[in-house]
Amino acid sequence: MRVPFAWLRSLCDPGLGAAEVGELLTMAGVKVERLHRIGVGDPAAFVVGRVVEAERHPNADRLSVCTVDDGSGEPRTIVCGAPNVAAGQTVAVALPGAVMPDGTELGEAKLRGVRSSGMILAEDELAIGEDHSGILVLDNGAAPGEPLAAALPIADEVIELEITPNRPDVMGVYGVAREVHAVTGAALAEDPAATDAPASGSDHASDHASVEIVDPDICPRFTARVFEDVRIGPSPPWLKQRLTAAGQRPISNVVDITNYVMLLLGQPLHAFDLDRVRGRSIVVRRAREGESMVTLDGTERAFSPEVALVCDAEGPSGIAGIMGGAVSEVSAETTRVLMESATWVGPNIMRSSRALGLRTEASARFEKGLHPDLALAAQRLAAKLMVELCGARLVAGTIDAHPRPASPRTVAVRPERIGSVLGEAVGEDEVREVLQRLGFETAGDEDVGSGRVEVSVPPFRDGDVQREADLIEEVARIHGLDRLPASLPARRSAVGRLTPAQRLRRRLEDALRDRGLSEIVAYSFTCAQALQRLRLDESEALRIRNPLSEDGALLRPLLLPGLLDAARRNAAHGRAGLALFESAHVYATGSEPAASSSPRGGRPADERHHLAGLLTEAAPATWRAEARPADLYAARSVVEALLEVAGVPWRADRAAPGAHPFLHPGRAATVVAADGRQLGWLGELHPLVARDWEVPAVAVFEFDAGALSELAPDADERGYRDLTSFPAVTQDLAVVVAEDTSAAEVERAVRAGGGELLRSVRPFDLYRGDQLGPGRKSLALRLEFRAPDRTLTESEVAGRRADIEAALDEIGGGLRG
Amino acid sequence: MAEPAAKRRLEELSAEAEAALGAARSSAELEELRVRYLGRRSELTATLRSIRELPAPERGPVGQAANSVRVRLEELIAERGAALEATELDRRLEQDRLDVTLPGDPPLPAGHLHLVTQIRRELEDVFVGLGFEVLEGPEVEYEYYNFTALNHPPSHPARLPGDTFYLSDDVLLRTHTSPMQIRAMESRPPPIYVVVPGRVYRPDTPDATHVPMFHQLEGLAIDEGVTLADLKGTLREFARAMFGPGQEVRLRPGYFPFTEPSVEVDVSCFACHGTGAVGSERCPTCKGEAWIEILGAGMVDPNVLGYVAESGYDPERVQGFAFGMGIERIAMLRYGVPDLRMLWENDVRLLEQFGA
Repeated sequence: MRVPFAWLRSLCDPGLGAAEVGELLTMAGVKVERLHRIGVGDPAAFVVGRVVEAERHPNADRLSVCTVDDGSGEPRTIVCGAPNVAAGQTVAVALPGAVMPDGTELGEAKLRGVRSSGMILAEDELAIGEDHSGILVLDNGAAPGEPLAAALPIADEVIELEITPNRPDVMGVYGVAREVHAVTGAALAEDPAATDAPASGSDHASDHASVEIVDPDICPRFTARVFEDVRIGPSPPWLKQRLTAAGQRPISNVVDITNYVMLLLGQPLHAFDLDRVRGRSIVVRRAREGESMVTLDGTERAFSPEVALVCDAEGPSGIAGIMGGAVSEVSAETTRVLMESATWVGPNIMRSSRALGLRTEASARFEKGLHPDLALAAQRLAAKLMVELCGARLVAGTIDAHPRPASPRTVAVRPERIGSVLGEAVGEDEVREVLQRLGFETAGDEDVGSGRVEVSVPPFRDGDVQREADLIEEVARIHGLDRLPASLPARRSAVGRLTPAQRLRRRLEDALRDRGLSEIVAYSFTCAQALQRLRLDESEALRIRNPLSEDGALLRPLLLPGLLDAARRNAAHGRAGLALFESAHVYATGSEPAASSSPRGGRPADERHHLAGLLTEAAPATWRAEARPADLYAARSVVEALLEVAGVPWRADRAAPGAHPFLHPGRAATVVAADGRQLGWLGELHPLVARDWEVPAVAVFEFDAGALSELAPDADERGYRDLTSFPAVTQDLAVVVAEDTSAAEVERAVRAGGGELLRSVRPFDLYRGDQLGPGRKSLALRLEFRAPDRTLTESEVAGRRADIEAALDEIGGGLRG
Repeated sequence: MAEPAAKRRLEELSAEAEAALGAARSSAELEELRVRYLGRRSELTATLRSIRELPAPERGPVGQAANSVRVRLEELIAERGAALEATELDRRLEQDRLDVTLPGDPPLPAGHLHLVTQIRRELEDVFVGLGFEVLEGPEVEYEYYNFTALNHPPSHPARLPGDTFYLSDDVLLRTHTSPMQIRAMESRPPPIYVVVPGRVYRPDTPDATHVPMFHQLEGLAIDEGVTLADLKGTLREFARAMFGPGQEVRLRPGYFPFTEPSVEVDVSCFACHGTGAVGSERCPTCKGEAWIEILGAGMVDPNVLGYVAESGYDPERVQGFAFGMGIERIAMLRYGVPDLRMLWENDVRLLEQFGA
């Protein structure tokens, strides 16, 4: 919303500059987006002049050599190219050195041999309007030598405001002036719509046209007035300048009046050429399926049945509240005007405007919701201007379709409550004064001292102010939020802390970082192709109905695709040695039913917090060693560290066939908790998946951080155990087993034989050789025995050996040597 | 005559051995000499062994002489050995010399937390310090929690598919972290002081300042007598913790459906210290305005409390404030990241730029 400052000042002038007024508006909740300077540079270089003589240029037919009285006493010679220049005209003159609105500086110049010292101006050269057909002739009695700025608005500032959806009232300059009045107390001009134009003639508007609202749910009110003997022509410069400064193109007096009223009061109008309204009847209804129309901008538009239309006897003549139609557009030939001032339903206008991709000054106002009373106010102001500027005859009466008039709203506010919400008391006198300045009426003195102020809400604030809380906001924003003290809540209880799960997740993320992995953040979206590349069934992923593109139509059921994308992108930069992780949600279909009332904490999807990582190297290349590519054991090393951080006992099982189809089938493990719960997986990416994804060979892992925190022991489960008084005894064993016996099977057997005193078993060497025989391998284990209450003797430990041997025998193994 | 002969022989032996030891060139040679002169088969050992066979009067003098030769040779060997070892070690160390200018074994590379995680944690810690708990919630959310219970009328434009990702008629991707206000209040009676960090989603076509996924941190404080001034104080502490001591905050009236009054919160520009200028130039961070809009906030609308009245939130008894900030916005302001999209490109070169 562009507010020309001179216009604003004509309605409320606090004696401050535009920047200061802008700051006050911002702090009252009407935010200034930008401050523009428009028009000419220094106005001192622009004066009123009188053309004393205008002779044809000796060397150019289209130019005139003018002698101009600029009030200085010295005649000034100006060469002018305008066809309408003539002796006796009062004109706008730019003197040499003047800075024009486009920033160019005027110099003296010889034109076809005649020196011209200055320029006689057309309105577009002053940025008042767009007319360049001839010079601007002043007819307001200005005398030669007067500053031009006194006769024409040639320089101004424009305050551009950002209007929140709840404030249609400040979509008009008068509403903005009311805010300035409320904040500064400077006098506010009389409501421009306070008085009406006189009607003449014995006919009535309803003799000329009819209005019918077929669908009242889309149109609370439709008013129409009729004007005859309308003379279409250009608007006067002051009106053109205000429109131009506000960002509207001047078109013709009638159209300009509709725009001017909208800019001043916030209520859009539409002028019909009554003679082109077929059947002279207006019908307001929803569009019919497939209906279409050519709008004022010359575009043919088709409508869905939600769009509200203004129709005549034969079909649509305008999109309600958004844009009129070409069929009954006002033209140079128009003599009879039907002026529409209607009220539309904000959400309906917003939906239609979005659906049509058509946002106009009118729709921007209607979508915020306007009060029906404004429709008549706008008719009054428009009528005055139609009579004044177009010489029109106002036909008596207003056609007013207003099916359900509402009575004014009253709301009470407790000044004490204002203080308790703000944290600073605001006196009752101030409360009344602020509300009155904002246009609210407060009840008489009998109310004083009751602790309540009864307020009636003016129509232009009806949508936004309906409860005590809304009035508190009104008082607060004018009282000044920046004046409030700063305090901290006086807490009665509540302690700030992270939950154990949050602390654990931080430690897990830190552990990954400390092991050299960098955290990525990838989109939560994925697509069917990505899941297919992972050999996963995309039909189980949650689907977004309205994705930005098919690439982001699914919610990812695992973090891996984001890591692979990041790996591909970084590898494309030539980056070697990637170590990445992500900590984020994954999504699966939940079982919660849909809910219209409160779901009482239910969740619509099964969402888990996962941690996943990707490694390309186990060790980097150096000048004395080659790089070691990451393999299953590199991933496992990271996972081991994490589960150690979590304190969760676990094991890695060979993955069941097809369990993780994106992993190398022989190098894939499922991470399983002691209770059998699957925590995640680790392994090497399947070579075909790596090929499809265009990533190098990588080791990857992913697990459920939520499950880890559920399994992680609480602090109170970690009671003291004496680990220092009695030293452990270590013993190394070499176990020979068949090639396909896993280390885990060997460990289980050794533990079974080792009994309770055996505290840990750790493989430290793996050997294959001829002396073991084909299909055999030797696994060296370091065993640690410890008793909580005594120092173990060598013989006590040696005694376990026979049991271990017996247990190994059951899995076809034995001790070596 | 036997006595002088034996003694003379010992002296000769001693002189010969001393000369040989003195000439030894290496530890190995020295060891050979030790074996020759002091070993089990050496003449001296044989002499010592044969003393018993000597006539009694000779035993004493010869024994003493032989012993003193042995002690003397042992001392000489030790002395010479130490000297030789020192020389040999010097030589070996000299040979062991390495090119110290070659790089060492690569250290375990430092990993990095994502900038958004760093700021999220910092924010969590600030608000934990101010007495807030940290809650997290689902990203796939009911329309009820995301809009309805947050006082968005059914026709509110934010509900349109142009502004919200939908999974079904009433399930969506949360557009803000605010639904956790309702979930938190439903789950327990007042007082409640929580912050909620997390991912949020809006169908914005990506550009320098818009991405369809970003992070917010929501705050909610409901108690008896919590005021707008308390909001101001709380956010001032936040601003000072995040942007430096001496920061001021400014509340401007704003508009959100679920707060009343609603405020926009500005912090004094930390780049120009609230002056609007850096040197003689307009401050690029605040564009000369001296203030930076950083978050939206307000007093929780009584209508919102009405949705959780069953959990003990009576608007006549308790009240409070809520706020919501964009974590990326803070990252961009603090580190001068020019384009939001860069944060999700996961280019390791960018990830490694920001310590921690």
